[in-house]
Amino acid sequence: MFVRAVLKMAAIIYVLTTLLAAPASQAAMPKIGAAAPDFALKSSSGKNLKLSEHRGEVVMINFWATWCGPCRQELPLLNQLHEQYRKAGFTLLGVNIDDRPDAAQTMAKKLGITFPVLFDTEKRVSHLYDVNAMPSTVLIDRDGKVRYIHLGYRAGYETSYESQIRELLKQ
Amino acid sequence: MTRTHLTLALLCAFALLAGCTGVKSYEREMLADPIMSFSRDSLSDQYLQHVYEVREGARGATTTEGGGCGCN
Amino acid sequence: MNAAVSVAATRQPQCAGTGRAWLPALLAALGMLVSHTATAVVLPEDRTDLLYHYYDGGGVTVRGPAMLVRKSVGDNVSISGRYYVDTISSASIDVVTTASPYKDKREEFGVGIDYLHGNSLVQASVTSSKENDYLADTMSLNVSHDLFGGLTTLNLGFSQGQDTVQRVDTSFEEDINRYSYRLGVTQVLSKSLLLGVGYEGIAEEGYLSNPYRSARVLGATLPEQYPGTRDSQAVSVRAVKGFSSDQRPVITSVRADYRYFRDNWGIRSNTLGVALQRYFGSSVLGEARYRYYQQSAATFYSDNFTSEMTYMARDKELSTFHSHSLGAKVTWYFVDRKYLFLDRMSLNFSHDYIYFDYQDFTDVRTGELYSFGANILQLYISAWY
Repeated sequence: MFVRAVLKMAAIIYVLTTLLAAPASQAAMPKIGAAAPDFALKSSSGKNLKLSEHRGEVVMINFWATWCGPCRQELPLLNQLHEQYRKAGFTLLGVNIDDRPDAAQTMAKKLGITFPVLFDTEKRVSHLYDVNAMPSTVLIDRDGKVRYIHLGYRAGYETSYESQIRELLKQ
Repeated sequence: MTRTHLTLALLCAFALLAGCTGVKSYEREMLADPIMSFSRDSLSDQYLQHVYEVREGARGATTTEGGGCGCN
Repeated sequence: MNAAVSVAATRQPQCAGTGRAWLPALLAALGMLVSHTATAVVLPEDRTDLLYHYYDGGGVTVRGPAMLVRKSVGDNVSISGRYYVDTISSASIDVVTTASPYKDKREEFGVGIDYLHGNSLVQASVTSSKENDYLADTMSLNVSHDLFGGLTTLNLGFSQGQDTVQRVDTSFEEDINRYSYRLGVTQVLSKSLLLGVGYEGIAEEGYLSNPYRSARVLGATLPEQYPGTRDSQAVSVRAVKGFSSDQRPVITSVRADYRYFRDNWGIRSNTLGVALQRYFGSSVLGEARYRYYQQSAATFYSDNFTSEMTYMARDKELSTFHSHSLGAKVTWYFVDRKYLFLDRMSLNFSHDYIYFDYQDFTDVRTGELYSFGANILQLYISAWY
């Protein structure tokens, strides 16, 4: 029957494409336990910020963009975490990947963001961390090692963030 | 039957293109804009589609999902 | 009679009885292993649209409100409701030449539920349409699935519909059963280019003609005779290309689409559309669109049969004709920041003009080939929250 033939063809296409695409889409995201790649970016304060300067602190890198809905939802919650745990040695770096940094500046100000916003307009750092979901969150321990990676944002993720931050702060 | 095979060949072809496009998730800024979608106001587009469909002999293959910013 | 909402369907797929029932399961498993956690399949945005529509052409005026409300419940579920009304004042060529002008009202309700699970979005909906001589109920199921980190989206859809055809003046009543099957793939080709390919097969059976309309045989009128089934296939290709500027990441976009249609009634049609959208400043969006449609007649269509045939139709929708449609829309985002519970609001106005030109359908009042123009106006408010 015709419909059966279509279904068969669709199934063949599907398996072919998933198999063929696998090698082309290898992620180069930092492995859990490996050293977090170092980088330096211009921040909202005007100064250049380097990741390695924060060795000894628990660092959360959050890749976000103004055009990403879940990112906008997550930012105020990240701000709360920053305010709560900064004194205990926690730093949040918001790496923004908009083509236009002024749009990001305006949004950060509107949302009342107090943690540093870094501008990755050339996408160097996004490429270095092979960001393949928006938003992406990377948690780094006091020794500069990647311990947790979160891809995307759903309501409730901030609870995991908090328990992971507390765990890393204790170490 | 040949036209159907042509369609399926087309599907195959650009599904295979998938591995070559290399658009990263942090490069999808343009795709997030509503004017980069096939239909930004579904109620209005569906109404216009209905106006055509009741006056024409053809129907079908007018809706698709996909593209967008890929967030979450 | 005003044709009910067109619903697509194909014959119900038979269960694969070829002994390879394990194949779909294997493919699904493989797909899940290889797919990334990043997705492009997301719940549709929460929004409400209030629309007023107006059509005037060929002696027919149709107007009415339409409304769409969509709200997400939690992170994975979105529900939507739709209401649509057509108030028809008809003195169309069909009506004027065979009957007297009439007024009618068609009401349509629809509800839908969307469920997001990982890389897949499942959408289910039911729609019910009612006018004084036509009832239509439809059930639809659509699945969208992400592949390759959201660069490719696969769509599968199925709809089933049942219509009841009646007459206002007699106790005539017949049914139509309709099945449709849809397959589509959307592919991100570059940062600014999107491509979509789609297929839709529809199978109908039942009373497919119009109980009020007549055919002509050597000038005399006889009831129309239609086949009891209709199978069709449509294939479409569409693309959107965006252009950026210093002011914004996307300032202009161009969209083009083409559809080829054929059915077992002998109709072949081509549809071509282009649309240009551009932002003017930060709160105005303009759109210009053009559509060309062409079809060849059904094998059993004739304006005036020379002898009686098994199947005879004189419906101008089955004749040889083409149409040109030109339209423009203006959108004004008058609320573009958080206001109470609203994120954004827009006011929209559009005007489309269609010109129909028939090659083998005549206006019996004049004996000339028929043609007419129609104006379509839409005014609507959209709110996002």
